[in-house]
Amino acid sequence: MRRGPYISMITNRTMNVLIRAAMLFMVGVFLALVLNLLQVQRNVTLFPPDVISSIFSSAWWVPPCCGTAAALIGLLYPCMDRRLGEPHKLKREWSNVMRCVAVFVGINHASAKVDFANNVQLSLTLAALSVGLWWTFDRSRSGFGLGVVIAILATLATQLLVYNGVFQYTSPDFLYIRSWLPCIFFAGVITVGNIGRQLALYEYKVSQEKTHQD
Amino acid sequence: MMVRERLRQNISAAFYRHGLLCASYPVPIILFTSASILTCCYPLLKLPLPGTGPVEFTTGVRDYSIPSHESPGDLSERPDWYQGPPVAYIQQVLVKAAVSPWDNSLVPVDVFRSPLGRVFSVLEEIRNHVYTDRSLEALCLQVTDLLPGLRRMQAVLPEHGCLLVSPGNYWQNRRDLFDADPDLLKTVHQHEPKGLHTSATLKDLLFGVPGKQTGVSLYNKKRVVTYTITIALSSYDARFVASLRARLKQLHPSANCTLREDHMVHVHFKEEIGIAELIPLVTTYIILFAYIYFSTRKIDMVKSKWGLALAAVVTVLSSLLMSVGLCTLFGLTPTLNGGEIFPYLVVVIGLENVLVLTKSVVSTPVDLEVKLRIAQGLSNESWSIMKNMATELCIILIGYFTFVPAIQEFCLFAVVGLVSDFFLQMFFFTTVLSIDIRRMELADLNRRLPAEAGMPPPKPGPLRPRETPPPPRPSPHTITLQAPAFRNLRLPKRLRVVYFLARTRLAQRIIMVGTVIWIGILVYTDPAGLRTLLAAQVSEQSPLGEAGLPPHLGVAPVFPGRDPTSTLSVLPAPEPTPLPENQSQGHRAARPEVVPVSSPQITWGPEDEELWRRLSFRHWPALFSYYNITLAKRYISILPVIPVTLHLSPQEAIDTRHPQDTHHAPPPSIKTSDLQADLTLYKVAALGLFAGVVLVLLLFCLYRVLCPRNYGQNGVPHGRRRRGDLPCDEYGYSPPISEISPLLLRGHSMDIECLASDGMLLASCCLARQIRVWDAQTGDCLTVIPNNGLRRSSSSGACEAESLLGADFREPGGGAVGRPDVDIFPIRRRTTPARPALFGDQPDLTPLIDTNFGSLPPSQTLSSSGFDFGGLVEKAYQEHETSPTLAFPPSPPPVLPPELPPQNNGDWDSSVWAMELRGNLIATGRSSGKLELWDAVEGSLRCSNEDGVSGITALAFLNNRIVAARLNGSLDFFTVEITKPLGLLQYRGPPGRGSLPPSPCYSSEDVISCQLTRSVQCAHQKQITVLKAAAGRVVTGSQDHTVRVYRLEDSCCLFTLQGHSGGITAIYIDQTMVLASGGQDGTICVWDVLTGSRVSHVYGHRGDVTSLVCTTSCIISSGLDDLICIWDRSTGIKLYSIQQEVGCGASLGVISESLLVTGGQGCVSFWDLNYGDLLQTVYLGQSSEGQSVRQLLVLDNAAIVCDFGNELSLVYVPSVLEKLD
Repeated sequence: MRRGPYISMITNRTMNVLIRAAMLFMVGVFLALVLNLLQVQRNVTLFPPDVISSIFSSAWWVPPCCGTAAALIGLLYPCMDRRLGEPHKLKREWSNVMRCVAVFVGINHASAKVDFANNVQLSLTLAALSVGLWWTFDRSRSGFGLGVVIAILATLATQLLVYNGVFQYTSPDFLYIRSWLPCIFFAGVITVGNIGRQLALYEYKVSQEKTHQD
Repeated sequence: MMVRERLRQNISAAFYRHGLLCASYPVPIILFTSASILTCCYPLLKLPLPGTGPVEFTTGVRDYSIPSHESPGDLSERPDWYQGPPVAYIQQVLVKAAVSPWDNSLVPVDVFRSPLGRVFSVLEEIRNHVYTDRSLEALCLQVTDLLPGLRRMQAVLPEHGCLLVSPGNYWQNRRDLFDADPDLLKTVHQHEPKGLHTSATLKDLLFGVPGKQTGVSLYNKKRVVTYTITIALSSYDARFVASLRARLKQLHPSANCTLREDHMVHVHFKEEIGIAELIPLVTTYIILFAYIYFSTRKIDMVKSKWGLALAAVVTVLSSLLMSVGLCTLFGLTPTLNGGEIFPYLVVVIGLENVLVLTKSVVSTPVDLEVKLRIAQGLSNESWSIMKNMATELCIILIGYFTFVPAIQEFCLFAVVGLVSDFFLQMFFFTTVLSIDIRRMELADLNRRLPAEAGMPPPKPGPLRPRETPPPPRPSPHTITLQAPAFRNLRLPKRLRVVYFLARTRLAQRIIMVGTVIWIGILVYTDPAGLRTLLAAQVSEQSPLGEAGLPPHLGVAPVFPGRDPTSTLSVLPAPEPTPLPENQSQGHRAARPEVVPVSSPQITWGPEDEELWRRLSFRHWPALFSYYNITLAKRYISILPVIPVTLHLSPQEAIDTRHPQDTHHAPPPSIKTSDLQADLTLYKVAALGLFAGVVLVLLLFCLYRVLCPRNYGQNGVPHGRRRRGDLPCDEYGYSPPISEISPLLLRGHSMDIECLASDGMLLASCCLARQIRVWDAQTGDCLTVIPNNGLRRSSSSGACEAESLLGADFREPGGGAVGRPDVDIFPIRRRTTPARPALFGDQPDLTPLIDTNFGSLPPSQTLSSSGFDFGGLVEKAYQEHETSPTLAFPPSPPPVLPPELPPQNNGDWDSSVWAMELRGNLIATGRSSGKLELWDAVEGSLRCSNEDGVSGITALAFLNNRIVAARLNGSLDFFTVEITKPLGLLQYRGPPGRGSLPPSPCYSSEDVISCQLTRSVQCAHQKQITVLKAAAGRVVTGSQDHTVRVYRLEDSCCLFTLQGHSGGITAIYIDQTMVLASGGQDGTICVWDVLTGSRVSHVYGHRGDVTSLVCTTSCIISSGLDDLICIWDRSTGIKLYSIQQEVGCGASLGVISESLLVTGGQGCVSFWDLNYGDLLQTVYLGQSSEGQSVRQLLVLDNAAIVCDFGNELSLVYVPSVLEKLD
């Protein structure tokens, strides 16, 4: 009697984390596919021609990478909130999360479709937009810090990849990559973090539904 | 600051007036708004339909010259794309060939073998044609490599040379290969895509005519083979073309050919929207729908939720349409793709304002007139709306100064959109809202009427009936009618499930409509060319490091240098899109033509003039895209076709036969192309539908997983939870189940009415007037007062704690004040079923008692409670059973008869109405007006005061002062004096408990006296219902709708707070001077205790507010509607609400800043206040299954005491204790 609930609790918790991770993974894969499509359409990112045969027009490893990153970030955010003991207070609603995602896609759209006079202008605009995104939907210092750190790491990783010739950008203006890439990463981290936090609100209910189904 | 304040006031006043206006004249205003929407949308009619179909422009061949780049403004009929040279000039040579006369010795293959064979000679002719010094090589469009992705086509399409395609390309333009080919059809068809038959296939490209018109088929009835030789010229030399035309005509004269040759058609291709580009678009639309869905879910407490949601969406949509219309009117033609920016615009403009408006209006007091409610709601939100609007305008202004054309255009568009959206919100939505609220009011009225018929006329306030005699009791028959009336209260719960179903189905439908629209777009833009399109897309993307990147096409400037009229008229009338033409032509071609079998006739009709029109409009873009030449936003010029007629003799046909042709049976595998083409559409449609269904299913699954049904508004009804169903939560403080084990305190013989605690001790008083003192840590019963047996058993009581926790359980008939038990027993007798023998003559008492619980829905617990009546009660019953019927009607006089001579050991004849515990002193207020002080440990009466005669309804014990509120509205301040001041000692406590609140403990040796220091005679006009003391203040609430604040030291009245429109039922005040009050009108007011001003005022419940608790960030209220609402303290916005079980609505307590505990049916539930999540439900015991928790007291050491029936239950939450430390 004593062991039963304990074990079930443990399994439930891990189940929760797994479910959330899977969901975030899917979100990441989906966003990666869609956004990559936007970029590839405008010839911003170039992949070697032989992998292009698929409809999704990017190398096979990109969506899984993005999905994994999304899962990690989405789990990291609520975890960090809990550790710091300052729960995310700003409007915790799905409509807000949806708005956030829409703005993120819009930023990507703008980066791919709008023709700017020069790259600096584009980067500055996108930087302002992503900071605005953070201000509108997050406003937590921890979120900002994590976003910046992850954006820098991701940028470094991308630079390494480009340096090793895995893929390339059409008109690199900042050490092999486009200078707006960190902004996009930052906005993406904020968005995924937002989704992760929202999902964390429901982890319990998800588990409850599961037990009901069982 | 001054300016800001004044501005704010002005804005608020303006909004108020506007709200009044809107609510007063709804119909004219709606008419006016619709008219203005229509007016603003009118210019939209002139815009061409969005589509990607090519646009044509025809000029004469004779005086053709390459259009210059500088567009002369005078030629208004020239489209603005007609500038500069075209990508290519297309010259088609249309060859019609037939073997004639036909004789029966010929096999079907002969129909096309020899005619096709002649293509090589014609090709030769064209290639070798030279006019003066110009040859085709010099003029034609030179192409380089095919795209790398198209290696399959390398053998077929020309590379490194003239772009000249003909059916001969199948055989590399070599006659010998053609002759050696045993199966021509197989060669032709081997390049056809296997699955979907698309419109711009290789066959179409090479033949240059629609597949079914080529006549290359074994079932060709007409026996005429048609194909074209397509030459792409890079520069136009009129004389060369003319000479080629003349030469070919001369060689192969067409007898009855009357084709016009004087027109040249320029075809402009717009930017293509491919499936690859549709995916992000669809994604954004899905996100948009999700956003709208989640937003509209938040609309609450209105008559028609979906009506309002629809109005909100209509507001946003029509504001966008209006802005497009206005932009067009002022000459800003949207060059951006409208469909692409639309979702972002909706997100920018947002539905937030609309929702905020609704919320604000809904939370105004319901008793106001609709007009005033709307006006108040508007003016409350006016400042934030204006601030938001100003911020958005600022952002857009910043965006405008980026000087990026696309962003500038978006910003202009968004400004107009914002303004029109504001206009519509103010006029359209507000009016719709007022109509809706009025409807709700009517519906409410209708619903309440029958309910009130069954209820006692006024809403039974918890304490009111004590003062006034109870209303004449309705007869039992009307009482039985109550059940349906209460059902009305329950109804929403069930309805909510229905609403939920309706909601999801609507969401599905929205998504479904979205997908259908999407499919429609697909079909519209490209009926069957998806695959080619994809190939084109893919091929466009591929060139890695190749020089041939498509040139960056600048977005057209925001302000074109033309006047708006020309911009409008320049846009040509929308061409009939190729699709319908294609189909109609297809049908025409399919009609049976009566051609004599013997002689195939070659006829030239006007339909042959522009045969390319029947091709897919993707024909040319597809052809050019193979060579990485994009036609998007560019144009090609199509020269008049050159007709060539070939007549072949049967002998020639027989000569060119391949040996296999004769014994080659008609291949059964090849379908007629007619059928195939028809099938294509169906296939695409089926595929699209399938994709839509899959999408919907996927979204639904996601939805189900992502959001549980009961998000926020109605928490998990924990009654549905099974026992042992353990939730766990990473955020929560939910301790393992083994640690939460309720401690049952048994001993009372009747229902417990009063509870008091100071953290270490717990005192409870039951209906039998027995007071028991428990150790709050261990649950041991320390003292029983009286311990020498009950002198009389009586009931009826109310206590101070009840006003906090169980107000609705207070018995209005408790007015049996001080009367001997005769009056009281029948009222309290819930146990009639248990004693049928004794009280068989009063069968209708039980329903009567239900009446007393006024607006509480019936719960089975009431009838089942109290089975544990002990022998004492029995004795009492027997004592009074001689006059049981006297109980009707019990209406006792408010002024008490003279008390019975007080006995040494206390007063056992009057019931305890209020009880407080401090240190080891229990203060009890009795119905007789007596105040008694008991020693909690020894159970001895230490002191009593009989200065007042009116019953004490509420007590507050703070420091050494006791405040007693009496039934007649007076307020008495007592001082407890201890004659031996050294006697202060810490009562039985291990050192670890020293942290508990310092409450003076009185030793048993002390002589304690209790003196009336001041009596405020008319503290309130009517009876005092609530009394709370904290932070040196005493706050009283009364039936007279006011709240008064007194200073504890000098009993001076500081403020009289007015703002409720009903009696006060709940008050909360704590050490931080937060004061909140709730009334019978369902409103909750938050006051500033220092200034006496009202901080906020929300309409919270339907029915009385039964209890109120504040934390630093939120206010938690519960009402008679069994709803627990959590409000944001600073803004007064409802965060969420929890639906409680019937009858348990009032029992709630806050353990820590984020942990809320509520009572249910035999259980208590813990909630996370931040998120509204149910953390855990603790069941109190086997026997308590059906009992509902009526009172809930949170002790300082985080134990929860709840009272159900005659048992108390102690629940420790140890992990919370750690949190507190």
